[in-house]
Amino acid sequence: MRTFRCHKISEGRASGELLFSPDPLCFYLVDPKTGVVIEKNHSLFGKSIAGKILVFPNGKGSSVVQADGMYQLKMKGNEPKAMLIENPDTTLVASAIIMEIPLADGVERSFYSLAKDGDSVTVDAGGGTVLWKGGE
Amino acid sequence: MKLTDEERDMLEGKCGRGVQLAMKIQVAVGEAFHADRMVPVTRTHVALSNQEADLWFAEKLVAGGAVCRVPPTVNPSFNLGQFQCITDVSPEDAAIVTRTHEAYRKLGAILTYDCTPYLERNVPRFGEITAFSESSATPFVNSVYGARTNRESAQSALCAAVTGVAPLYGYLLDKNRKGEVLVHVEADMKNEFDYQMLGYFTPGKTGFRIPVFEGLSDPSPESLMNLGAQLNTGGNVAMYHIVGFTPEAPTADAAFHGERPSAEVTVTQDDLRGMQRRLTDPYGKIDFALFGCPHFTIRQVGDVARMIGNKKLAVPLYIMTSSLTRDLAKKMGYMDAIRSAGGEIVSDTCMDQPCWKFLYGKKGVTDSPKCAYYTKRRNMQFVIVPLETCVAAALEGEISQ
Repeated sequence: MRTFRCHKISEGRASGELLFSPDPLCFYLVDPKTGVVIEKNHSLFGKSIAGKILVFPNGKGSSVVQADGMYQLKMKGNEPKAMLIENPDTTLVASAIIMEIPLADGVERSFYSLAKDGDSVTVDAGGGTVLWKGGE
Repeated sequence: MKLTDEERDMLEGKCGRGVQLAMKIQVAVGEAFHADRMVPVTRTHVALSNQEADLWFAEKLVAGGAVCRVPPTVNPSFNLGQFQCITDVSPEDAAIVTRTHEAYRKLGAILTYDCTPYLERNVPRFGEITAFSESSATPFVNSVYGARTNRESAQSALCAAVTGVAPLYGYLLDKNRKGEVLVHVEADMKNEFDYQMLGYFTPGKTGFRIPVFEGLSDPSPESLMNLGAQLNTGGNVAMYHIVGFTPEAPTADAAFHGERPSAEVTVTQDDLRGMQRRLTDPYGKIDFALFGCPHFTIRQVGDVARMIGNKKLAVPLYIMTSSLTRDLAKKMGYMDAIRSAGGEIVSDTCMDQPCWKFLYGKKGVTDSPKCAYYTKRRNMQFVIVPLETCVAAALEGEISQ
């Protein structure tokens, strides 16, 4: 168990498995019915982000598609439980706030060298913490 | 954040639930970006999209009694009347267009349905503080006019239209408009397609930093429209400078605010050719041609009409543009020319709309990577080549290497 500080963007608290994406994410290029990333050449291509604590550097895509991508995922219950990012942009930030998906940035660097896919964490965006419970 | 009494009243619900929701979102966005206060905006543009999230949010504001204080121009959905003549529009798709139209009308939006408002109807002046969403619009407003906007989402821009203010952060502040990476353009840049490729290629080299282009001479408005749209599709670039051309970059030194670039990169013709090869689907037989992402200008419509001449198209060709440009095309004879060849000019329509279902599963040709990017979700293939090659392909029905 270890606690890392983070900076709240969209409030909320969630526990789940980590999924790391080295590539930026466009939620519109995720299949809402399955949560599977359908963008070719993406490092998560073919993987599902549904119910994960999704860690990625930043969002990408035009000013409407992030909100609609997240909305569609949320309607099907396939949205990530929480998101941790490095570089916030207005589109991603506003979409997460409106869709009420917990989102934080500024996670302490040591988190990135310790945590890996599948590890269990609790993100408390409002409280500004990420609690890492370790791998299997 | 420090709020004025009026802003606090909005946040506390004294101006209605719709205004309260808008202000609540703006405060959260402001806090996320460490803004210490709001500033008034004088223009707004909302990337209306006619998607479920768009309708859901607009109707939520309407239900809360919100009316825009700074009425926004809006992006296209699709032109229901026109598409009912072109194809079968499903009752569900017709219903969502009608509901979205009603919601935005009630919000007091200016229903332009055009994604290039910065060329007509919503043109800011230097230094003006605005809230623009739409990926081709934000870089144009910031870079070409030197007005100020963040890369607003459709919803955050609508919130700014409703409250009349925006949180003060990002590109609204002098210090964040400073150029960061010097981009030496050694590519030929001989046509507007090269600007599409330069836009898509550059963010891969410069990331989140503001690029300062050197070596571009007198780009046309269409080139700049393409450059911005692709910078903001291939990456998240809402601001750039062109040395000796854009207003905040009379010199490289001015663009970098007297500091040194954090990095320098060079872009060659080979880079742009490589980018085109990565973006395009394989050449071969095509089923249609689609242009106007972003909306074509009257000059581009005229170019297509001239390229077609008196010949007949082998496959349907569609040009998306604003209603103002379509009217002009009618007056100038371009529409007759394009129609008699088997093409069509559609107004008030975006390519990322369900009205194009009749093209799903088919392969098209376009000059815009942005046009092709969002259709991956809709199972459409696109050969991406310069406009002249596109029109030649539409006349032949296929494109070879």
